[in-house]
Amino acid sequence: MAEKMENKSRKPLLEVRHLKKYFTIPRKGQLHAVDDVSFQVYPGETLGLVGESGCGKSTVGNVIMKLHKRTEGEMYLEGRDVFASDADKDAFCRKVQIIFLDPYSSLNPRKTIKDILSEPLLVQKIVKKGPELDKFLEELCETVGLSQDLLNHYPHELDGGMRQVVGIARALSLNPSFIVCDEPVSALDVSVQAKIINLLMDLQKERNLSYLFISHDLSVVRHISNRIAVMYLGQIVEMADTDMIFQNAMHPYTIALMSAVPKVSVDKKVNRIVLAGDVPSPMNPKPGCRFAPRCWMACPECSNKTPELTEMEPGHFVSCMYARESRERAKTAATVSVEKMMESQ
Amino acid sequence: MEEKLLEIKNLRVRFVTERATADALNGVNLTIRKGESLGLVGESGAGKTTTALASLKLLPRGGQMLDGEIYFKGKDVMRMSKRELLDMRGHRISMIFQNPLTSLNPVFTVGEQIGMVLRQHKGLNKKQADEEAMRLLETVGIAGYRLNDYPNQFSGGMRQRVGIAAGIACNPELLIADEPTTALDVTIQAQILELMKRLQKEYSTSLLMITHNLGIISELCEKVAVMYAGRIIEYGTVREVFSDPRHPYTRGLLGALPKLEGDRDRLTAIPGTVANAQHLPEGCRFHPRCEHCTEECKKQQPEMVQVKEEHFVECFRGGKFDG
Repeated sequence: MAEKMENKSRKPLLEVRHLKKYFTIPRKGQLHAVDDVSFQVYPGETLGLVGESGCGKSTVGNVIMKLHKRTEGEMYLEGRDVFASDADKDAFCRKVQIIFLDPYSSLNPRKTIKDILSEPLLVQKIVKKGPELDKFLEELCETVGLSQDLLNHYPHELDGGMRQVVGIARALSLNPSFIVCDEPVSALDVSVQAKIINLLMDLQKERNLSYLFISHDLSVVRHISNRIAVMYLGQIVEMADTDMIFQNAMHPYTIALMSAVPKVSVDKKVNRIVLAGDVPSPMNPKPGCRFAPRCWMACPECSNKTPELTEMEPGHFVSCMYARESRERAKTAATVSVEKMMESQ
Repeated sequence: MEEKLLEIKNLRVRFVTERATADALNGVNLTIRKGESLGLVGESGAGKTTTALASLKLLPRGGQMLDGEIYFKGKDVMRMSKRELLDMRGHRISMIFQNPLTSLNPVFTVGEQIGMVLRQHKGLNKKQADEEAMRLLETVGIAGYRLNDYPNQFSGGMRQRVGIAAGIACNPELLIADEPTTALDVTIQAQILELMKRLQKEYSTSLLMITHNLGIISELCEKVAVMYAGRIIEYGTVREVFSDPRHPYTRGLLGALPKLEGDRDRLTAIPGTVANAQHLPEGCRFHPRCEHCTEECKKQQPEMVQVKEEHFVECFRGGKFDG
């Protein structure tokens, strides 16, 4: 508890307020990819962002990286407005970096690993070409456990895991304080995935890094995150400390999501809540709770009133009007029958 | 229960292209009995899908079967006539594929595609096939009136359910599911898993579940076979193998998996990378990554040994690593 209080008094490294990103689709309208998302990331902390495909988690990462222009909202890095006209763009790039999902397409196939790793250093004029650069790269390779012989190779000569290590090295080269990890292990096999996760966690300890860890895999997010935010259709529906959210999830979507993951356990049988239908389109969303059409405890009220993200217990935010009853009701909630599945079409 | 449905003996498959030769399967032995559900687990490139395709005599071009025998209900698959093969595929054994978008034909309605199976194997006429297809769609939770819709009008999860409907159309004796939920979201995966559980109960079909997800195996299967570099290195009941894994690779896999409950201990990564099928190591194929490797492991291929009544492991030390 003491640690949490301390957290409160610390200043956030990155703060995102009411961030919105709409894409205009000709003749169709507005795609609400991210719709009013707010969160803070503290120094040395990992915030996990989970959700299914299309919920907007990667868009959040891309807007933070300024790879997409925001539609609305504010963002502060170390208290300074990032979107301000006089903001130092180079300084921002040095402090905020990204690791991408696909280690195959995020490395330029026509450049050697050395070129890939030295480009940010040369652009930002951190080191000069020559022995200084070589020494820097040597240290960088050592940090991430990359063999120096690989520096003169091309990305296609490396396997997926090694390529992701190169991606991590590139993100680290400017010594950032904040890294957006966009599904960095999703394309990797289990045994390699473990290696990358361990590396990310070791680096965090060494350099007091902050991560925004985007993933669809609940068990990976649980392993690496201090806090978790669950997204559904462009909005954060629940946010809390990792242990809190896993022991006491309150949003009906989070509860269903957790029960949906197949577990490697021999004995325990869980009461699985199967959600009917698919994630609806984020195109021109209707008012009311976004999850209501698939919710197993929805009331008529839910499709009229939009729930707010409210603090249910210290540090635990839920956006559901019936959050207090959800756990009780989850015990008796039945799996969706075939008839219900058909109705939802 | 005792009847052997599919029996694979010492199967060796090699892929030859102009540039390289890859040994995909290096002596696979596998038996599926009637009513049994077997999970085949391994990382990418372990040979899971090749095993399934070979047993249907559907190896892609460049794939050569070097050695081995495959029997379906006692009949040699390699010696079957074209007619017998056609009868086996889709009727006695059917397969559900990983990507439901590419395994369905975009220019036919789903009704036609399910009906095609029925007309081919059961000799139904158009009207009967439509009626039966409608019933099948409803079994997998899709409204019957959608019979005349095209695959692109369905979502990923529903397409996979169409694939399952076509798969169970002829009430096959063996259903092979090749990573059926890998392309799907968790909540949709849960729908498919619950559906498959229900069908297992209703149809009492044998199941060969190919996946890299250990959780799915633990939910759907009784037996599990762990593959590495084209060999089955551990086999047994799911309860035995997952609670008391004996092969260093299986132990590594289970240790590398982040958990949803309990302490968040540091993950134990398996050193090195997955063996390359083009340059397989001598001896035990796992030895370069194994912390218990001895001189013997480097030279000789270990044999499958029985460690418990229903638990086999292919390791010289038989899973004893104390001291």
